[in-house]
Amino acid sequence: MRAFRKDILDISSLSDEEISAILDTAEQMKEISQRPIKKVPTLRGKTVVFFFHEPSTRTRMSFEIAAKRLSADTVSISASTSSMVKGETLIDTARNLQAMNPDVVVIRHACSGAPHMLAGRLKASILNAGDGLHAHPSQALLDMLTIRQRKGDLKGLRIAIIGDIAHSRVARSDFAGFTRMGAEVIACGPPTMIPCGIESLGVSVTHDADEAVRGADVVMMLRIQKERLKGFFFSTEREYAGAYGLNAERLKLAEKDVLVMHPGPVNRGVEISPEIADGPQSVILDQVANGVAVRMALLLLVAGGVRDADAD
Amino acid sequence: MLTRIKGGRVVDPGNIDGVADVWIQDEKILRVVPQGQADENSEVSGAPDRVIDAGGMIVAPGLIDMHVHFREPGEEYKETIETGCAAAAAGGFTAVCTMPNTRPVNDCLQVTEFILEQAEKACGVRVHPVAAVSRNLEGKALCEYAELKRAGVVALSDDGRPVMSSLLMRRALEYAKGFGLLIISHCEDPDLAPAGVMNEGPVATRMGLQGIPNAVESIMVMRDIALAELTGGRLHIAHVSTQESVRAVREAKKRGVQVTAETAPHYFTLIDADVGAYNTHAKMNPPLRSEKDREAVIQGLADGTIDVIATDHAPHSSLEKDLEFDLAANGIIGLETSVPLSLKLVASGALSMSDLIRKMSKNPARILNLTREIRPGAIADLTIIDPNAAYRINAENFRSRSRNTPFDGWEAIGKPVFTIVAGEIVWRAEG
Repeated sequence: MRAFRKDILDISSLSDEEISAILDTAEQMKEISQRPIKKVPTLRGKTVVFFFHEPSTRTRMSFEIAAKRLSADTVSISASTSSMVKGETLIDTARNLQAMNPDVVVIRHACSGAPHMLAGRLKASILNAGDGLHAHPSQALLDMLTIRQRKGDLKGLRIAIIGDIAHSRVARSDFAGFTRMGAEVIACGPPTMIPCGIESLGVSVTHDADEAVRGADVVMMLRIQKERLKGFFFSTEREYAGAYGLNAERLKLAEKDVLVMHPGPVNRGVEISPEIADGPQSVILDQVANGVAVRMALLLLVAGGVRDADAD
Repeated sequence: MLTRIKGGRVVDPGNIDGVADVWIQDEKILRVVPQGQADENSEVSGAPDRVIDAGGMIVAPGLIDMHVHFREPGEEYKETIETGCAAAAAGGFTAVCTMPNTRPVNDCLQVTEFILEQAEKACGVRVHPVAAVSRNLEGKALCEYAELKRAGVVALSDDGRPVMSSLLMRRALEYAKGFGLLIISHCEDPDLAPAGVMNEGPVATRMGLQGIPNAVESIMVMRDIALAELTGGRLHIAHVSTQESVRAVREAKKRGVQVTAETAPHYFTLIDADVGAYNTHAKMNPPLRSEKDREAVIQGLADGTIDVIATDHAPHSSLEKDLEFDLAANGIIGLETSVPLSLKLVASGALSMSDLIRKMSKNPARILNLTREIRPGAIADLTIIDPNAAYRINAENFRSRSRNTPFDGWEAIGKPVFTIVAGEIVWRAEG
């Protein structure tokens, strides 16, 4: 098999074939996580660095489990412990990392474009684990995988993404991925949280949550952060829950077999009511499980190659 | 010293536009002899000591860049007055206005005198300091305008920061009026986009960068126009980047308000999409705007709404620019690319050559109470431009100490070949 691309920076730079290859590989990876001994030797001798410049629990753990199940050696650097607190620039950190010759660097960074800076300077593969408001490609891929498993195909599905679109890298990557797979995507939130020119990403916009949910095959809720109160993005959590939150009554407007998704962490009672988060339509924990599979696939494709996996 | 600039197209808008010989005696222009006209005085003055063949060239009154940041005192690793003046000369500029946001700020006699002393030791380009509107740019107290003016300051500005207090801006316009000083306003309401790093629009949305809407600028343009109207003070709007600002200035001028405006070459050359892959050399404040804004800026230049092209030359080193886009400093250097970028407006037909000379020489001179003329007796500050020279811009060859330009590697047509200040050649292009 030919070598996969070096870096995974965002969804829009991936070809249709590459997206399919990632999702198909992820399907194969799922089985490994079901075994009693959840480890294959595929990435033995490969070094994966987790460079988390921003707090993250879920994504970081998901990537770490993925790397360990593939037998890679893993090292973590986080903002609070790294030399960044001593004033080292990102480029110097990158140079130092390169000198230690890792195979993959998984980066989470508060600044949009930071993974691109590393990609241009490191020989190692860069996997973007979320940069600023820009992209979170592994999240979008696991979302696509989750929908594909339940619905067979994304083509023609009506997918509503509701919440703080403006501050969501997940939404941006989902828009790119879902529209690429042929879904109809509706972005919904108060006008304060809908960024300028979002239509150029191929999605339609509504400020009416009922309208967004009506007839939807998938409803993706985004986390509302209390900090946004400071920027006057909304009035109160109470009002937000009523106007834009997903509750049982609103969900009735959707298709019967609707999937309810959330990239987490969930603010129960704000953007989603507890009975919906835990209800039969919720696939929130499937997303988490698929996250490990997708990240195993990404690590394998950039650092290993499928032939190695077969040989093992 | 007698110099003859031979056979160039002399463009001094409002005075002459035609092929002529310009004779310079020491620091002054001796005479201008149009082609085909007998030089009756040649025998009186004798043979020239020096002849500059300007065939095919434009001979213009000396260019003025009324908006530059030389980083001395305080950040000499980015630019000194010496390197800044060298860059200005290489860019065809005979004079520059240095903004006061140095360290320490130019808000007092001593800093102004220091800048002028350093300028004396530089290559000869004239340095006209702009001092701060408010002490230490803090927006809390007025500087001593009378003393600053005596020291040689030509205008006042808190550039880099807006004057947020409307009352202070009102008083500054009034107080400056008493001493005949101009207020240059950096129009920005930063509260409206506290985290913004580029133009608000589809490009910023796609890139996940926080946006700066046009209103951040135009709100303050409109406020300052209202205050100029109230006070009768002289107001100059710095670095206009938006269509709304252009419209506001156009309407104010129609009403007779004493307002002038400038824009920078990047605002009529680039748009927000040119930020590309998080290129920090395309990060500046105000940010690169939309194509509609770029067109409005060109229209504003063409119809006279925007009086001046000034570069906002803002040197930064890799320490400030080789960073994440969010963290990188604002600003690009402009002195050594302004002429070729501005000549594109002539090539496209947006401006005539004489319009361009107005924007880069005559208008800034008028606004700053300086003179730039090509007539007998005038000081010989001249810029000679080869409008047809084709070359590739190479930042490695810049005289500036910094390299933060998005135009490195661009194909250019037209370059300054001689920069002459008071009869002295301060820059001569090689080859």
